[in-house]
Amino acid sequence: MFRMTGAELTIRLLERQGIRIVSGIPGGANLPLYDALSRSEHIHHVLARHEQGAGFIAQGMARVTGQPAVCLATSGPGATNILTAIADAKLDSVPLVCITGQVPSPLMGTDAFQEVDTYGMSIAITKHNFLVRSAQELLSVIPEAFRLAASGRPGPVLVDIPRDIQTAEIAFAQWPEPGEADPAPQAYDADIETAAAMINAARRPLLWVGGGVIAAGAGGQVRALAEKASMPVTMTLMGLGAIPRDHPLSIGMLGMHAERYTNMALEACDLIIAAGVRFDDRATGKVQEFCPAAKVIHIDIDHSEIDKIRTASVGILGDIAEVLDVLMPKVQPNGRAEWLEYIAALRAAFPQHAPVQGGYETPQKLIRRIGEIADEGAIVCTDVGKHQMWTAQSYPFRRQRQWLTSGGLGTMGFGLPAAIGASLAAPDRRVICFSGDGSLLMNIQEFATAAEQKVNVTVVLLNNNCLGLVHQQQELFFRGNYFSSEYQIAVDFLKIAEGFGWRTVDLGTSADPDADIARAFAQRGPCLVHVPVDREEKVLPMVPPGAANRIMIEGEAHA
Amino acid sequence: MPRSVPRTVLDVTVNNHPGVMSHVCGLFSRRAFNVEAILCLPMHGGEASRIWLLVDEDDRLEQMIRQMRKLQDVHDVRVSTEKTAVFDQLGTVMGG
Ligand SMILES: Cc1ncc(C[n+]2csc(CCOP(=O)(O)OP(=O)(O)O)c2C)c(N)n1
Repeated sequence: MFRMTGAELTIRLLERQGIRIVSGIPGGANLPLYDALSRSEHIHHVLARHEQGAGFIAQGMARVTGQPAVCLATSGPGATNILTAIADAKLDSVPLVCITGQVPSPLMGTDAFQEVDTYGMSIAITKHNFLVRSAQELLSVIPEAFRLAASGRPGPVLVDIPRDIQTAEIAFAQWPEPGEADPAPQAYDADIETAAAMINAARRPLLWVGGGVIAAGAGGQVRALAEKASMPVTMTLMGLGAIPRDHPLSIGMLGMHAERYTNMALEACDLIIAAGVRFDDRATGKVQEFCPAAKVIHIDIDHSEIDKIRTASVGILGDIAEVLDVLMPKVQPNGRAEWLEYIAALRAAFPQHAPVQGGYETPQKLIRRIGEIADEGAIVCTDVGKHQMWTAQSYPFRRQRQWLTSGGLGTMGFGLPAAIGASLAAPDRRVICFSGDGSLLMNIQEFATAAEQKVNVTVVLLNNNCLGLVHQQQELFFRGNYFSSEYQIAVDFLKIAEGFGWRTVDLGTSADPDADIARAFAQRGPCLVHVPVDREEKVLPMVPPGAANRIMIEGEAHA
Repeated sequence: MPRSVPRTVLDVTVNNHPGVMSHVCGLFSRRAFNVEAILCLPMHGGEASRIWLLVDEDDRLEQMIRQMRKLQDVHDVRVSTEKTAVFDQLGTVMGG
């Protein structure tokens, strides 16, 4: 017989799941858990400075490893603070287990001190959630939470544990097995046969890949299939890195901030193989006018995504890597010279906005340059705004899980804590976080966490002293009425960072930016690279919200 | 008044514990899909419950069913048009 408290049991179960790092903040309702955690020999606790930070630190770990990561919060304000990071994980399908303390069961429903209905509030933003009703239940709930977070389409699971259950004594005879992902559903052979026949018959096929490809680790298969059948590959924001940006068959990102030739190629295709994408409006534009001439093969692990927005000619339910493995031998090699020439002609006719070489004249060129200076293994995070889209357009991504961004929810404040988590999960890799001044201010308190943990994070702050993307939309769609998007004071980020114990580099006063960036990368530990950016620098091209992808605002291309 | 959209019944088997009803109803309310009537009774000694939902048979129904099948507390969802009669009978009892 094993005897212990609910809190000790929870921590032991986390250890048995292989968890080695958790992030969080203690409080009255989860103190028994923290007390038990203090005695763990396996788990390192990262004390965040805000629960949203703790949630995004865990997300950074999960996005880099693909494995569920754990974050902790207390009841009431702790729980409400962490909900944004949970919602963010839901929209981007990130496996997360969030454990919140709750007021003692007898007080629940009485508006007790620091009580909120965490279970009720988290229903809509989790894959599943639990309110634990006895210490005994923890034996099944914790492994189940990990199983659910990792199975099928990954996502966040919340476990709310009342304080009296954390302190309750429990005796049990046997440890439960750790929770593991279920095997993926098996795709139907007939569907794969049909898909292969459609690909073989298509004259202008395109592969469209999203976050599901990254989750399945199917980048290699995508590349092999594309090469075998000469199919150009376009990526959603979440799918960047599925194949290298510089691969000849890569036509980059599609949708709102795509290159014009990419969206035009989509107009012309006669078949799209959509893998691990959810037909998000930022990618499709006005959906009725998306790829009007194309049949659709949709491969996804989540049944409810298939036919959700556009009816597929063939829907294939399964793990994308497994499906592509089976599909591959049935697809005939094909050079498709005419189609590739057509794409090359589009590319030549519509000069690219994304720079092919780095430099310092524009934010895009700077981002490209940093990608050239950083080693190939660097992990790239962003916040949300123009800097995020410039990074998506310009950074020379080469691998899967190299790119962490808040795609679905678009949460400002994501970047810094996610970068900290990424660095904790991959301490030997450099993590670069491109941020904007508005976004950085949203979780700037995590500068302290980064300094304390000595993580290898370089924040490149593109500072335009405004809410840039909002500013741009006001200019384009609200007749330049810049209400509440320009800051009245310019904060001194260099001093702030130094105050938190960070190294700093100011590109604004730099005589040799290459050397200064190299210097920032040369030492371990956190470093802020400050880059003043003109407010007028835009993210272009741009499809106006709600318009068809062919309608693009262009501006000048920086070839 | 004759209704233009026919109605059907979703016969749903779920775990019987607090919160399940919020999960199921939340799915519908978030998508502005009205549930016209609900019946719910425990079964198998209380471990599970059976929920009957009277809903419009419009073209979003298939998506609703897929979303419902994703809920961890939902074991099974079946469509059963014949069961609408039960709601008609109940209607005469409750309608007054
Ligand atoms: C939490 C949150 N609040 C508001 C928004 C709306 N929003 C989207 S982009 C943006 C401006 C971002 O400004 P900044 O971080 O400085 O980046 P920039 O666009 O200037 O590169 C805002 C306010 C958001 N995405 N997230």
